[in-house]
Amino acid sequence: MTTAVKANRVKQRMVVSRLLQALPILVLATFIVFSLMQLIPGDVAVTLAGENASAERIAQIREAYGLNQPFLAQYGDWLWRAAQGDLGASLLSGEPVAQTIARTFPNTLLIAFYAVLLSVLVGVPLGILAATRAGSPLDSGIMGAASLGVAVPNFWFGMILVLYLALTFKWFPATGFVSPREDFSAALWYATLPALALCTNGVAEIARQLRSSLVEIQSSQHVRTLHAKGLSPARILWKHGLKNVSVNLLTVVGLLFNKILAATVVVEAVFAIPGVGSSIVNAVLQGDFPVVQGAVLAMVVTVILVNLFTDLACTVLDPRISEA
Amino acid sequence: MAQHTERPRPAQDTPLLSVENLSISFAHPGGETAITRDVSFTVAAGERLGVVGESGCGKSVTGLALLGLLPATARVRGAIHFQGEDLSRLPASRLRRLRGSEISMIFQEPMSALDPVFTIGEQLTETLRSHRKVSRKEARERAIEALAEVGIPSPAQRLNDYPYQFSGGMRQRVMIAMALICRPKLVIADEPTTALDVTVQAQIIDLLREISDSTGTALLFITHDLGVVAETCSRLLTMYAGEVVESAPVDSVLYRPRHPYSSGLLCSLPGLSERGQRLPSIAGRVPAPDRMPRGCRFQARCPHATEGCEQPQPLQPLTDHRLARCWRSAELTLPGAVTP
Repeated sequence: MTTAVKANRVKQRMVVSRLLQALPILVLATFIVFSLMQLIPGDVAVTLAGENASAERIAQIREAYGLNQPFLAQYGDWLWRAAQGDLGASLLSGEPVAQTIARTFPNTLLIAFYAVLLSVLVGVPLGILAATRAGSPLDSGIMGAASLGVAVPNFWFGMILVLYLALTFKWFPATGFVSPREDFSAALWYATLPALALCTNGVAEIARQLRSSLVEIQSSQHVRTLHAKGLSPARILWKHGLKNVSVNLLTVVGLLFNKILAATVVVEAVFAIPGVGSSIVNAVLQGDFPVVQGAVLAMVVTVILVNLFTDLACTVLDPRISEA
Repeated sequence: MAQHTERPRPAQDTPLLSVENLSISFAHPGGETAITRDVSFTVAAGERLGVVGESGCGKSVTGLALLGLLPATARVRGAIHFQGEDLSRLPASRLRRLRGSEISMIFQEPMSALDPVFTIGEQLTETLRSHRKVSRKEARERAIEALAEVGIPSPAQRLNDYPYQFSGGMRQRVMIAMALICRPKLVIADEPTTALDVTVQAQIIDLLREISDSTGTALLFITHDLGVVAETCSRLLTMYAGEVVESAPVDSVLYRPRHPYSSGLLCSLPGLSERGQRLPSIAGRVPAPDRMPRGCRFQARCPHATEGCEQPQPLQPLTDHRLARCWRSAELTLPGAVTP
């Protein structure tokens, strides 16, 4: 089909242009983070030199790590190496940054994806339930709870979960983590509370958005045509209604993933999870800039890929998008 | 009921559709607003009935009420007999089986009446397969036939296209194909050409007439365009402010309307009045639903209103199978659009 070929070409062009657009974003994001690092008090050279080190020793260390270079030169140096695939090593532990990311990122991705999955699994049925009973007490109840869910902070809810589900009822471990690469089911077990803490906003956001777009679609003219064709309300909702709102829903889920990824930084601290978020926090506190840069890079790349995937999926679900 | 396949003659005994005293109102927190009152009419098998009236006269609402498509706040009183069943009392599941299968509907806005995220092939076969036991392959073939029937070029390829890939006129053809794919006995066309270009309008009207002729499908043609009715229908129902004010064969009403409102509509048709003159119009506006007069609803705008018009006006039978809701219809000689 000629239209299918055309649509494919549009998609290919979109992927290439998106990836090219991503490069300046990566440079900008790492540059901003690098600049902010300069504002943080403390000197990594002092830490490295150890207690009671002489001023000459500290100066030597500055020299050795290039910390005496001007700010832009330091950044340029990092960028040049990163472009060649060398993210450097931690100034403190000497662990290569690539290895740090490989060790911690799967943990972060696990809780982030777990939280997104929970948001969808709980938020979608709630949204559908509220939309099909729009105006009923059930609808008001769900939407009221959703407003609350949007307002509740993740870390606070995380602490409440630890208090009750872990410490009082002992259903889940309070803190700690098992790497998904060692034992996946145990990893899921340990990741449940952090994911629950992260998903409240997501559940609420998805339920609200889905309800409003379903209610809107249900009163549209093409849904009236479906009724006039003699389709059952169930078929209209599940086949036509959901496909019509799927682009909307997918966009919300994509944005939600980004939000949740950012929120892992705090939630990992609450649950003591060795993820990228906690390594960023530690590295920032110690001025270990190669680790910060590498971790931020990994997060930005993930966000860009998720956004690209979301947009591609939208063109599949709604043929009108690839035309534009 | 044995329905014959040959061209159905207007049945003498039981009409295909018989609407009796249909009154529709919408409930709202402050009470109820009446939209139509005691609307009655019949459609014989294969007949084409035009329903005209200005915006808000209740003609579209009446069309939607026949299929039970009004929102939940609507209160419908009266009876809608279709092939021996009262549609207004049918359970939802039974009514659903008639919709799209025995009675189908064509809407005004072809741009928004089709589902934008499904191919038209899917939308056509879905209609057929939800009413008839046919295989996927067979449904596809029937869909291609249906598109060919409404004059869509290379229908087999276009089956895989989405609504946005069609022009307005082509979309309306798709809507017509979809309405006809189950070979219904009655098609309700609610302003099917209003949103289209003038040249396309004429094509769509011709198409509807041809298809109704060739398949024997009855047509309830809701429009504000008397010219369309004159070309298409055999009978005309004029509605004003929620009431039927006149019912007559098209030929005789064009020549001699029996209600002042029908006459006013006919006289304001462009092209029929003298060239270079201002088009005649009916002065005034329709009374608001909450301040309808007890008597004739047209009296405030009627050039022939006199004492007596404030009395309630029944729909009176006249000669030649005609009805008019005007006590003076016998004495008045009203101008029509066609001068003998």
